[in-house]
Amino acid sequence: MKFSKLTTVSALSMAVASLGATAQADDLTLCWAAWDPANALVELSKEFEAQSGHNMSFEFIPWPNFADRMLNELNSGGKLCDLLIGDSQWIGGGAENGHYVKLNDFFDAEGISMGDFADATVYAYSTWPKGTPNYYALPAMGDANGWFYRKDWFARDDIRDAFKAETGRELGEPKTQKEMLEIAQFFQGREIDGQTVYGAAIFTERGSEGITMGVTSALYPWGFKYENTPGAYDMEGAVNSAEAVEALEFYKEFYKTATPPGYTNSYMGESLDAFKSGQVAMAMNWFAFFPGLYADPNTGGDKIDFFVNPPQNQAGSTLGGQGISVVAYSDKQDAALEYIKWFANPEVQQKWWDLGGYSAHKAVLESPDFVDSAPFAGDFLEAMGAVQDFWQEPAYAELLLAMQKRIHDYVVADQGTAQEALDKLIEDWTETFEDEGKL
Amino acid sequence: MSETPVSRAARATPPTVARKIKGLSDRAIAWIFVAPTIFLLLAINIFPLIWTIRLSFTNFRANRLNREVEWVGLRNYERILTDTDIWLNMQATAHFLFWTIFFQVLIGFTLAWLINKKFKGNDLWTTIIVLPMMLSPAVVGNFWKFLYQPQIGLFNYIIAFFTGKDPSSFEMLGSVDLAPWSIVIVDTWMWTPFVMLICLAGLRSIPDYIYEAAEIDRASKLRQFFTITIPMVLPFLMLAVLFRGIENFKMFDLVVQLTGGGPGSTTELTSINLKREAFEKWRTGYASAYAIILFVTVFGLASIYVKALNKVKER
Repeated sequence: MKFSKLTTVSALSMAVASLGATAQADDLTLCWAAWDPANALVELSKEFEAQSGHNMSFEFIPWPNFADRMLNELNSGGKLCDLLIGDSQWIGGGAENGHYVKLNDFFDAEGISMGDFADATVYAYSTWPKGTPNYYALPAMGDANGWFYRKDWFARDDIRDAFKAETGRELGEPKTQKEMLEIAQFFQGREIDGQTVYGAAIFTERGSEGITMGVTSALYPWGFKYENTPGAYDMEGAVNSAEAVEALEFYKEFYKTATPPGYTNSYMGESLDAFKSGQVAMAMNWFAFFPGLYADPNTGGDKIDFFVNPPQNQAGSTLGGQGISVVAYSDKQDAALEYIKWFANPEVQQKWWDLGGYSAHKAVLESPDFVDSAPFAGDFLEAMGAVQDFWQEPAYAELLLAMQKRIHDYVVADQGTAQEALDKLIEDWTETFEDEGKL
Repeated sequence: MSETPVSRAARATPPTVARKIKGLSDRAIAWIFVAPTIFLLLAINIFPLIWTIRLSFTNFRANRLNREVEWVGLRNYERILTDTDIWLNMQATAHFLFWTIFFQVLIGFTLAWLINKKFKGNDLWTTIIVLPMMLSPAVVGNFWKFLYQPQIGLFNYIIAFFTGKDPSSFEMLGSVDLAPWSIVIVDTWMWTPFVMLICLAGLRSIPDYIYEAAEIDRASKLRQFFTITIPMVLPFLMLAVLFRGIENFKMFDLVVQLTGGGPGSTTELTSINLKREAFEKWRTGYASAYAIILFVTVFGLASIYVKALNKVKER
């Protein structure tokens, strides 16, 4: 009798315990873009599942549709995503439209300090209004637009001799934007091992954000600014400055004289394809792809090397990367916050970097081993020290589409001059800010 | 006397309902039957239309529901109609519309006329010809993108074979001059079979005795073609033009896949621009005004066209 009572009590306790566990375990969905780092995050998150008992599902959207799909989801108050690794430019809209949960109280309660993360990433990925201590995301994935090149071609004597004969200088990683163009023009149409190769793959995509991300990689080093006075929206003389016009003309010259034929609507995928197929000597792309490129059996390893976007009048790289936010419409915000707490842990951040993600945690970035941990790690640090981002206003999509149109019209479709393109861009942006009540 | 299905149904009808229906006029019963359809029509078509008209006079944004909506009067309409970029989109749409219909009618009718000749294997040829229109526009857009690729694309190699030019010396999708034609070519390739099928139906509806009578009157083949074939196929042809015109006015998927509206804005048709305004920029009020302008344009043109079509039918 005693034994049977004990058995009954034990069975009941186990049942209650298992019920408790079931009630606490949530199915969390994390939304992000479909690209290499997303696979690393799936791997990393297995540890969170084991620790917390929550199940992680992932919704990865291809980049060209990512903004469209996710912003529609947020605008419609959808519950698809509990966690969202959204683009840096969405932070303004995410905060002002109430899509993201404000994380200040949570950070304070859990002892998560934004001072532990790289300043540039906190500013770009987490804060709204910009630079204020109002946090809507935890820096999740540091990124910038960088360059990679065929190290094996650059090392060949015949090519080096030909380059020196043509330009009077040694072939090597470019130190300025203009040197980079010169190298690209040197390779354009050249025969290497019986194959015609081209200078460089740059971003020219029209539909989403491609050409803007590409052209800003030239604009920032020339000293481009969005406003004369930050926060004043006074764009005349900044957006269409003489330096900006020169940079835009430079990008057009780059496109016209140093890219493969048919490269009129190309972004990340096309850049990777052009490089991996041995078509180009250099290519621009996000650092996020560099681990995969280095591991590529055909064009990776000894055949590839990386460099930061070269300066011209100043250092400047286009910011990529994202912060991770809790979606305000999620019913599982507690579990989602648990994930953020786990993700902010320095040990998890180190594993994140080891798996191919770009941690923004200072414990990782400032570690003495970091620079030598990958052939592109030093370049990444350098790039993150001089990054600039596009407008992060709630109306960012409208501002971005206007820039896509004006730049593509000028660079690819040969319409008007650089000065006219930038003047028109100011008109478009002024109209947007007037509609927003900011002008 | 055996029981009929009608008497069985009458017996099964509850007396109260039967009594109620009995007291209704034919007109009332007709209204009962059409009411669900009218309700759906009002809910799905008319109400959104009226709502869109209302929104077109405001600065409403569907992604900012907590923002105060202002009445802006005709400002959205004024902005659209005075925007040179939108007129360029309209021009691109008109170019696409005119040339796709022109080529589809020309080639579609020619193919129908040839297929209508009795020859061995004509059913097989019909099947082969209609294959493109069975494909998804997204798939067609994607594979034509490869065909147009300057370095490896088959299209460029075929043109190079006939002209002696270097295949990578021209870019169908990247050139401002060629891109508008590249989308015309693909749409023509895909939808000519549709026009062909309609024309074929028209050709097969012409009774043989009319041609026999013409033969007896010693009318030449050319005369028969212009006085019998063309007039009798014309209503079918005009119907095909109406269908293709309406479809191509709202063309979106194929062109987005092929060019994304580029280079620049060369192939940015009004539907692509409207989608960007409405669902990427989220200028809902502005996009509503844009949609109303397009609706009035299509509705007006289609009404005039349908009147012309009816006149041709009456002849």
